[in-house]
Amino acid sequence: MTPPDYEYLRKLLKDHSGLDLAADKQYLIESRLLPLARKSGLSGIPDLVAKIRAGSSTHTVQVVEAMTTNETFFFRDKVPFDHFRDTIMPEVLKARAARRSVRIWCAAGSTGQEPYSLAMCLKEMGAALAGWRVEIIATDLSQEVLEKSKAGIYSQFEVQRGLPIQMLVKYFKQSGELWQINPELRAMVQHRQLNLLHDFSQLGTFDVIFCRNVLIYFDQDTKINIFNRLARLMEADGFLVLGAAETVVGLTDTFKPLPERRGLYRPSGVRAALAMPRPAMAVGY
Amino acid sequence: MKTCLVVDDSGVVRKIARRILEGMEFTVIEAEDGAVALEACKRALPDAVLLDWNMPVMDGFEFLVQLRRMPGGDVPKVVFCTTENGIDHISRALHAGANEYIMKPFDKDIVIAKFQEVGLLALDTPAEA
Repeated sequence: MTPPDYEYLRKLLKDHSGLDLAADKQYLIESRLLPLARKSGLSGIPDLVAKIRAGSSTHTVQVVEAMTTNETFFFRDKVPFDHFRDTIMPEVLKARAARRSVRIWCAAGSTGQEPYSLAMCLKEMGAALAGWRVEIIATDLSQEVLEKSKAGIYSQFEVQRGLPIQMLVKYFKQSGELWQINPELRAMVQHRQLNLLHDFSQLGTFDVIFCRNVLIYFDQDTKINIFNRLARLMEADGFLVLGAAETVVGLTDTFKPLPERRGLYRPSGVRAALAMPRPAMAVGY
Repeated sequence: MKTCLVVDDSGVVRKIARRILEGMEFTVIEAEDGAVALEACKRALPDAVLLDWNMPVMDGFEFLVQLRRMPGGDVPKVVFCTTENGIDHISRALHAGANEYIMKPFDKDIVIAKFQEVGLLALDTPAEA
């Protein structure tokens, strides 16, 4: 890949998805985009770049989708799901006892492992949630990824990474080498395509937001902007869950970390002045 | 150091498993069928057993049943690792006291994930270990 092509793709990704690739990530682009180029019947990345330079929005969307990572397993990192079960939900059960409803947002829902892991956690709580209205909204930038999430069908490899065997037996139906999550759990999750750089205030208010391993791809200003907008649609006593390598500390005071609960944050009550997200997105999605 | 007994009639599978488990800092003992594995357990109970299902002499299921009847035999964590990937086999194994179940083919990430699941491995063990 030529340096001008690399710079062009870097800028394109930055503008459209906020993905902030370092100067030395050529290999990452090559490993993701070469299969894409071949699939589109192109000879390689130079041809793909040429198509995009010529204004092909189809190829632009495909490149952005291919580059925004989707490495995910069920109960990824385990600890956030322990927090969900042992800290978050007991509080929610108390705080929402009158309303009997809970709204959860998976802001990087990807292929469904995270929202379905949360759905399984909630199912395991059994009678405690009887009569409650439970909503899990899974959003992702990529339509292709959301389709997979909706179908809830996983390979034998995917169901073996992080998913305890008892949960597999209990919540999945086997069909040959594939496993599909039960309709009852699929019905607990709603899917929407969404770019975190765009306005998301229409999603409503949430008690819990999982926003893990997505902000690491954004630059500092974009992170701050997203945190401040997340704070606006979170209940004052809600919970924000970030990935292991992410934090609000040093970026915004709209959230504060919970002591002894790594990755868990609550709104601080501080309302940050809200700059609008940068209007950089030209392509129609 | 924790010990893991690898029970599989395929020398190649035992070798692959050994490499993965030694990377996870386990001491590995090998057995080529359930009967040999049971003898090894009578000498010293391992912390973990990675167990194939179909083997000559004594299969993995029979080994598990016998192990769980031994004094202290409820302690080792037993993780099946087999091409038998049907829900009926999985249910039978769990019912007989298996702790986890790996469907072949497997890789290092799956072994790490399953060993973490049953508490044999710290949660922060990186997949690149």
